[in-house]
Amino acid sequence: MIGQDSWNIQLDSNGRLKHFLTIEGLGSQILTEILDTAESFANVNEQRMKKVPLLRGKTIVNLFFEASTRTRTTFELAAKRLSADILNINISTSATSKGESLLDTLQNLQAMLCDMFIVRHCDSGAAHFIAGNVAPHISVINAGDGRHAHPTQAMLDIFTIRRNKGHDFGRLRVAIVGDILHSRVARSQIHALNTLNTGDVRVIAPKTLLPTDIEDMGVTVFNDLQTGIRDADVVIMLRLQKERMQGALLPSEHEYYSLYGLTEERLSAAKADVIVMHPGPINRGVEIESRVADGNRSVILDQVTYGISVRMAVMSMVLGRQPEPNESGAH
Amino acid sequence: MERLLVSNGLILDPVTQSVRTSSIYIADGKIIAIDYQPDGFQADQTIDASGLIVSAGLVDLCARLREPGLEFKADICSETRAAAASGITTLCCPPDTDPVIDEPAVVELIHRKAAKAASTLVLTLGALTNGLKGQLLSQMSALRAAGCVGISNGRNPVPNTLILRRAYAYAANCGLTVFIEPDDHWLSAGGCAHDGPVATRLGLQGIAVSAETVAISRALELILETGVKAHFGRLSSAHGVELIRRAKERGMDITADVAAHQLFLNEMDIGSFNSMCHVLPPLRSQRDMEALRQGLKEGVIDAVCSDHQPHDPDAKQAPFASTEPGISALETLLPLTLRLVDHQVVPTFSALSLISSRPAEILGINAGVLAVNRPADLCVYAPEQEWQLDPAAMLSRGKNTPFAGWHFSGKVRHTIIGGQVVYRT
Repeated sequence: MIGQDSWNIQLDSNGRLKHFLTIEGLGSQILTEILDTAESFANVNEQRMKKVPLLRGKTIVNLFFEASTRTRTTFELAAKRLSADILNINISTSATSKGESLLDTLQNLQAMLCDMFIVRHCDSGAAHFIAGNVAPHISVINAGDGRHAHPTQAMLDIFTIRRNKGHDFGRLRVAIVGDILHSRVARSQIHALNTLNTGDVRVIAPKTLLPTDIEDMGVTVFNDLQTGIRDADVVIMLRLQKERMQGALLPSEHEYYSLYGLTEERLSAAKADVIVMHPGPINRGVEIESRVADGNRSVILDQVTYGISVRMAVMSMVLGRQPEPNESGAH
Repeated sequence: MERLLVSNGLILDPVTQSVRTSSIYIADGKIIAIDYQPDGFQADQTIDASGLIVSAGLVDLCARLREPGLEFKADICSETRAAAASGITTLCCPPDTDPVIDEPAVVELIHRKAAKAASTLVLTLGALTNGLKGQLLSQMSALRAAGCVGISNGRNPVPNTLILRRAYAYAANCGLTVFIEPDDHWLSAGGCAHDGPVATRLGLQGIAVSAETVAISRALELILETGVKAHFGRLSSAHGVELIRRAKERGMDITADVAAHQLFLNEMDIGSFNSMCHVLPPLRSQRDMEALRQGLKEGVIDAVCSDHQPHDPDAKQAPFASTEPGISALETLLPLTLRLVDHQVVPTFSALSLISSRPAEILGINAGVLAVNRPADLCVYAPEQEWQLDPAAMLSRGKNTPFAGWHFSGKVRHTIIGGQVVYRT
């Protein structure tokens, strides 16, 4: 399992989404299908009766090895609106380091006869590892693995952009600002934006927060915020974690804000109808000014709402598939 | 003492660069004649080597046997047998065992267990500093007396440069070669892959080339000042090769090796988190891999080693960064080195010398040369025999190899150590 060259471990033999681990390697057709399906669920979510019976009888396990509120609860809500049963399991990494290996943990949970694991883990590649080692009838959705990927977050961001800017990504300039080095969200966003042929994808960060050869992922690099966001249609701010000061990556939050904080004044360099996004949680006064976060160009709270529809879309696509012969027999 | 005849083999001698069909006469653990049968020689045992290549036994500069300390992964007995089956007649074990090889008792323990296994000869490197902690000098003279052929701090850091300088000076005083695995601990700590596009895409913490080059540069300056004899092991980068090249051009008496896997794999082989490709130093770019090959071709790199690191299966069963680095590599040392000939990196003679006479010279031992009066350590292999690597069929207890399923040509048929046949198929 481990050694297999598994770019498309995510797809079944008919090319349908079996696991959702990374945007990389998925075509625009699948991404568009996710967006269109999410659009139909967005209508469900706006109705008074918010539940559909699509996944009745399915069991989904939220398997979080790393703390999360927003992502976990939106997955939970999405599962409930699809009428699935959902179980929340929070395993602090210290518990696994006490002796039980990740593989042992998985085998124990698998014995509970569930259909899907939604996984968050601090190691890059954890979701791939889990997908490669679970019973064949179980699907895995990556809810964030290390610095590698956070594909549902990226899709809800794309969904937000599409709702605000329309379907033609070719004419858009999107700037992603902040700690690219440690960001799984940025990596997934970059893949998704490029898969959908976005005209100009930029990353803006100090040199200490940029990974080596990030240009190879299809982005233009800027170290200066002013230049980078000029005429942008979309500005995506990333959270700056306080630990970054300890690693000597930055001198202080104050200095970071003075150079890379998104203020009303700086935002004026972008297009007049620019939208401002943030995957949350926000550090006001560190990466973004409150006036911007709460201002009329901010779509930050819409992102959270859309997150439910997008996660419903992914879950229903993955679990609504006709199972293949090699996936049966486990129940 | 048994007399052994290896008859009608193709004898490849990298030192004299000659090839001929001939026979080798062995008595008292030594080669007593080649080509001509000595008067009164009667073989107790004959190996028919028709169609087979007879070379000096292979000498591996770096193989971890996991004993003492990690016997659940492998042990001296299992690994020396796997080595013998791979044509390796001498191997050198670095000091990072548990307990560390920093006192004579540990050296003696390893040598005693190796003697009991009666297979590949095991040499040891002593620790440069006590416990490999980089603070206090080890008892180098006592370690040397106990049999250590050199001294090393492995990949463990010596943070204080003055201590490193003194350790080198003291090693020089004891007539010991220092074996350096160049790594700047602070530049590599926490990293698990080459700091390049693949690590960036996969979100793995990178190890920059500077982790190697900063350590090489620092060591070179101290070698110059202390006059210690030094060997750089496990080079991984084009810039690292370049630093060694320049040092040699200025006349410094240093040597270098590369692990065989670095010549065939690069960062791309990590693919989608293939933990079998988690090694330290990391697999670097295609350009680095080509520079390592060029370094071999030009003699900047003197030898190829296995860098054998056998693991239990669990060690590789986790998300990439949480897996343990290393490859079980004894069984691919000869076939990968022979593949360098197919890839026209080096001719057959040089290929064999990279894994026999050159490492023997680096270790300062009487081995690796096929000549009269030399120890009868031989590797007899079928050059054309094709085989496919199946991890389950490996003799090492570590089945962790990224080369599973690869097709190789060249299979060891007999291994002779000190005139004794220790392996045959």
